[in-house]
Amino acid sequence: MRSKKSWVLALALTSVMALSACGNNNGGNNAAGSSNAPASSAPTETSGGTEVSGSILASGSTALQPLVEQVAEKFMEKNTGVDIQVQGGGSGTGLTQVAEKQVDIGNSDVFAEEKLKDADADKAKALVDHQVAVVAIAAVAHPGVGVDNLTKQQLVDIFTGKITNWKDVGGTDQKIQIINRPASSGTRATFEKFALGTKTEDLQGSIQEDSSGTVKKMIGETPGAIGYLALSYLDNTVQTLKYDSVDPSVDNVVSGKYPVWAYEHMYTNGEPNATVKAFLDYFLTDEVQNGDVTELGYIPANKMQVSRDVSGTVTNK
Amino acid sequence: MVQKTKVLSGKNSKSRLEKHHIEDLIGRSYMSFCVLLLIVAIVSMVYFVMSKGLSTFAVNKVSVSEFLFGTTWSPEGDNPSYGAFPFIAGSFVTTLLAALIASPLSICAALFMTEIVPGWGKKLLQPVIELLSGIPSVVYGFVGLSVIVPFLRNVFPGQGIGVAAGALVLSVMILPTITSVAADALSALPNNLKESSYALGATRWQTIARVVLPTTMPAIMTGVVLGMARAFGEALAVQMVIGNAPFIPKSLFESASTLTSVITLSMGNTTMGSPQNNALWSMALVLMLMTFLFVFVVRLLEKRRAIR
Repeated sequence: MRSKKSWVLALALTSVMALSACGNNNGGNNAAGSSNAPASSAPTETSGGTEVSGSILASGSTALQPLVEQVAEKFMEKNTGVDIQVQGGGSGTGLTQVAEKQVDIGNSDVFAEEKLKDADADKAKALVDHQVAVVAIAAVAHPGVGVDNLTKQQLVDIFTGKITNWKDVGGTDQKIQIINRPASSGTRATFEKFALGTKTEDLQGSIQEDSSGTVKKMIGETPGAIGYLALSYLDNTVQTLKYDSVDPSVDNVVSGKYPVWAYEHMYTNGEPNATVKAFLDYFLTDEVQNGDVTELGYIPANKMQVSRDVSGTVTNK
Repeated sequence: MVQKTKVLSGKNSKSRLEKHHIEDLIGRSYMSFCVLLLIVAIVSMVYFVMSKGLSTFAVNKVSVSEFLFGTTWSPEGDNPSYGAFPFIAGSFVTTLLAALIASPLSICAALFMTEIVPGWGKKLLQPVIELLSGIPSVVYGFVGLSVIVPFLRNVFPGQGIGVAAGALVLSVMILPTITSVAADALSALPNNLKESSYALGATRWQTIARVVLPTTMPAIMTGVVLGMARAFGEALAVQMVIGNAPFIPKSLFESASTLTSVITLSMGNTTMGSPQNNALWSMALVLMLMTFLFVFVVRLLEKRRAIR
């Protein structure tokens, strides 16, 4: 009986010790990651000279997360000494954490300057932008609305609630149901900025969902629904709408004809250390850009024939 | 080993006492460590939510009454306003509706298991109801989106998405909580109460309606309040089916928001310390205070239950 008890006690104690050890480890990692990031992932040159090692922590945009995860997987296979962890959490979280040096890379759908405003504007200045891919967004509708093209003005009128029936834009006599993103979403910011050219208020009765999968399901099932999705989500369950008669195709985005697109950013706080730089450089190789990036439905950043800055000015490359 | 104990047994009583003391000490310190850890965790969590939630009012100078009773939520607008009333109202309406739908069902299920068919009824229903509480909420949300929403859209006006869909999904989710608490309360009822009732010539229904339910009502209400607390805090499943428009809905079949759905939708997209992010923490504070209230009510009900 006694031995049994002491066993239980020993077990409990070891578990506590293990727990506290865990805590210590975490604390250590965090401290290293926050105050001393370069040291934690300092490159250790091996005989080859090109091998890098260390750990990279990335967080942020859930839209970019699957791509970063897949590329990280490949990078770790090539560089066995590197450990990359990719977390989601949203663009705001990614930018906050990279600005406070809690992570090495902050993934974002929008320019840091657009999120870190006012009091936080200084934080944005310290961040270095790495544009790894482009995402184009298309307006989509329920297949039964009888419309396959909308002008910019028609879109604005729909999303501001001026037009509430599809027959007013040449479709069937059906009420328009807006399926929007939350006001803070990067996808919505891109759509409003480049398709509508104006910010919109939420309308009574509009529906807001944040996951692209849910948005697509709802648009496909709800009669009269309109919303917007990244190109990678488009299929024949929803009606893709042309924008001012321009088809939202990859070619049109690359040539700059179709304007509703945004960069996917991977921000570092200051210039990246060797390990992070190697990872970000790997991202921009043709192998990744023409492979994983295209495969997952993004558009390669290095293919773009036009470029765009924070204020939205488009220039030919 | 054996020899050693024999040698040591000379001064046995004292060393044994010491050993017990040490064991006792270890056990005690481990226990106190755990309790301390728990207290620290709770206090720091409450402090964190409080400090974050109050900074909306202290740092960003949003007035408390504007936050609690303002009906315009547009933190991204040029002239930002942080009225959270639509969300507070949405949370309350969905929670109350869910409790209204789930309570009668749960109480009947509990009565069925304990009073009517205690044998196979309990054997069959209990695992089924326990199963309900083990299903992840994203599954409830998806079922709601695929089954309840199209059903509501076909039967009622509107798009199916809205308060009614949210309340229906929630009511299924809180069924197990209410049922298990009610069943426990019913089976704990002293038999002599029922027997006296039968002895007086009352039928089973009379006994249930006049004796069993009134005596166990405070305990059953505890279950209902616990279920409401769960409904109030549930985020994902509701967020998927309620629509999340920041307005007070005009009908049950119109898009609305709850506190939790707004927090989960927007938290990741906002940067820490921005006014919008702080406002979301204030909503979390409201949620926490409501949880305190629910716990308080449960305590009150428990006190009433003690008087039998």
